[in-house]
Amino acid sequence: MLRVVAPGVANRAVPGRRYDPECPAQCTGYAAYARADPSRAVPERKVIVAAIRTEGLYKVFGRRADEAVRRLQEGASREDVIPLGATPAVIDVTFDVKPGEIFVVMGLSGSGKSTLIRTLNGLLIPTAGHVYVGGDDIAALNPAALRTLRRDQMSMVFQHFALLPHRTVLENAAYPLKVRGLKKDERAAKARDALAMVGLDGWEDKLPQQLSGGMRQRVGLARALAAETDIMLMDEAFSALDPLIRREMQDQLLELQQRLAKTIVFITHDLNEAMRLGDRIAMMRAGRIVQIDTAEAILRKPANDYVAQFVQDVDRTRVLTAATVMEPVGDGALERGQPTVSPGTMLADVFSLSAQSPLPVAVVDDDRRLVGVIRRETLLSSMAAGDVAPTELTAEGEVTHG
Amino acid sequence: MDEWRIPIGVWVEDAIDWVQDTFQPVFAFIRDVLIAAYEQLSSLLELSPFWVMVLLLGVLGWLVRGWRFGVVGAAALLLIQFVDQWENAMQTLALVTIAVVVATIVAIPIGIVAARSRIVSNAVRPVLDFMQTMPPLVYLIPAVVLFRVGVVPGMIATVIFAVPPGIRLTELGIRQVDAEVVEAGHAFGSTPGSILRNIQLPLALVTIMAGINQVIMLSLSMVVLAGFVGAPGLGQQVLSAISRLDVGLGVEAGLSVVILAIYLDRVTAALGARSAVARLEQTA
Repeated sequence: MLRVVAPGVANRAVPGRRYDPECPAQCTGYAAYARADPSRAVPERKVIVAAIRTEGLYKVFGRRADEAVRRLQEGASREDVIPLGATPAVIDVTFDVKPGEIFVVMGLSGSGKSTLIRTLNGLLIPTAGHVYVGGDDIAALNPAALRTLRRDQMSMVFQHFALLPHRTVLENAAYPLKVRGLKKDERAAKARDALAMVGLDGWEDKLPQQLSGGMRQRVGLARALAAETDIMLMDEAFSALDPLIRREMQDQLLELQQRLAKTIVFITHDLNEAMRLGDRIAMMRAGRIVQIDTAEAILRKPANDYVAQFVQDVDRTRVLTAATVMEPVGDGALERGQPTVSPGTMLADVFSLSAQSPLPVAVVDDDRRLVGVIRRETLLSSMAAGDVAPTELTAEGEVTHG
Repeated sequence: MDEWRIPIGVWVEDAIDWVQDTFQPVFAFIRDVLIAAYEQLSSLLELSPFWVMVLLLGVLGWLVRGWRFGVVGAAALLLIQFVDQWENAMQTLALVTIAVVVATIVAIPIGIVAARSRIVSNAVRPVLDFMQTMPPLVYLIPAVVLFRVGVVPGMIATVIFAVPPGIRLTELGIRQVDAEVVEAGHAFGSTPGSILRNIQLPLALVTIMAGINQVIMLSLSMVVLAGFVGAPGLGQQVLSAISRLDVGLGVEAGLSVVILAIYLDRVTAALGARSAVARLEQTA
């Protein structure tokens, strides 16, 4: 696998987004950027295997669950099986989560996303189908083996933090290490490191009650980090926080992710959050996954009306990058005074530059070579919903619907 | 009408007879253990002079609730001595202590199991309803049949009467623990036993202590009834006051029960409030 190195871009662009070799030709953003010149990409050490893989996963609550699964497999709808007394929460879900990616499962309440994440670590046992974590089928493990797997391979962050109120911040962060049977000073040292990573040094001896919501969730995050697992499950981890703090936490997660490269499954009902965090996003509706794609791809090519409706309100300027919308330029020279951005710059930042200069904004790589330009019309048309390519603009700048 | 009568009483009598015949050694053993425990404890309590006990209990009250409760508590206990009921009060204290210990040992495990299993919970609930609503004097009859007259049937009846709130509040306390916190325990790979010890019991402790407090109060209210079957202590005094229509003795013995009850209630309530979680709730 190749990983794009884009120095100088990192601080402005969405961190943690990586080059995906399986990305099809119409891929944009970093992928296109790296494909254009393979020398920009460096080999990564790991061979790609799915960190988590689900196959035909079903979770049905209530009576006659097996019967409900059989009917669903034969093509019955969710409503068809409800009269059986069954409530299907997860229906025929299949996906791979790659090592080191943030895989977001996005859906409204009742879409089954919380049930889905709980089948990944066996808190809920699937009614049918498989969940593979590092080769083990979760459904086939006995309770002891399941505990070992959770302890050594996956940690979890909870919506309402789920901290022990009678234990200090340090003891909370050290909890997974205690479970693993580490000695007291050893686990304290590791927990301190984890707390420092989330910026909570100095708060070790406080009780969770004495912390604000955002800080409590940092303890939750530190606890998951202290477990030193490759996989982190995050169940609506930032949903209970107010918007400013939520944004701060998202930034922190992305920053940590750049250093640690964990495999993260992140559940959310907030599409903006999904687009900000997710390397890939699985859109879930009524128990089924309706689309799995990158944020850009979901924005540009929603799989159906439901997704399209959903992405309507997304702030596209914070999802699309300069590389996504630019008109590629074979070679050319920068004009004097032309504003420049890197390919990973989000459109939100391109707007002000474009407004200040009569010239198109130039997209340049790290060696300041011109790779594309963004005209004002391009910028505006990229804001329209759906897939509007710059070439569809007439000379007068009016959109012609093809 | 007579031919329609359902002979529940006869069935129960037969069952008790059968139980008595079959498990005689078991009952004899239980009886011996309880008598031994009672005699040890009551002689210990009566051995020390009253002022030593008053001092000890006063200091205990001071430690758990503060000096004011310590002083008032000691003064109230002193009153028991001055109405000449000290010895009886100590016998009652011994009886109640043993009943409460037995009830707690029975209640907490059952409460834990009931909290974990819907089936057990559903099976236990009607039994508890039965135990609480059946007039407690009725327990005394089979208790006497099985354990003979004396302190033991009184204790057994007391335990049966006092155990339900202990079970109920243990179950409630564990069920009330935040499900997400318990889930976190599972998610990090803890065993169910470790989750019980490190998460559920500590977080349920306040409620469980409230249950124990109820067990103590109900035990004290059974003291007089235990007197009916020959248990010594303040209950005996109340009974003889009734039979002799001795208002003065009745009031003195009754007052002693009240003083003991309030003292034990305040001390155990304070112990519950001193747990870590309760302190948290106060600071919140």
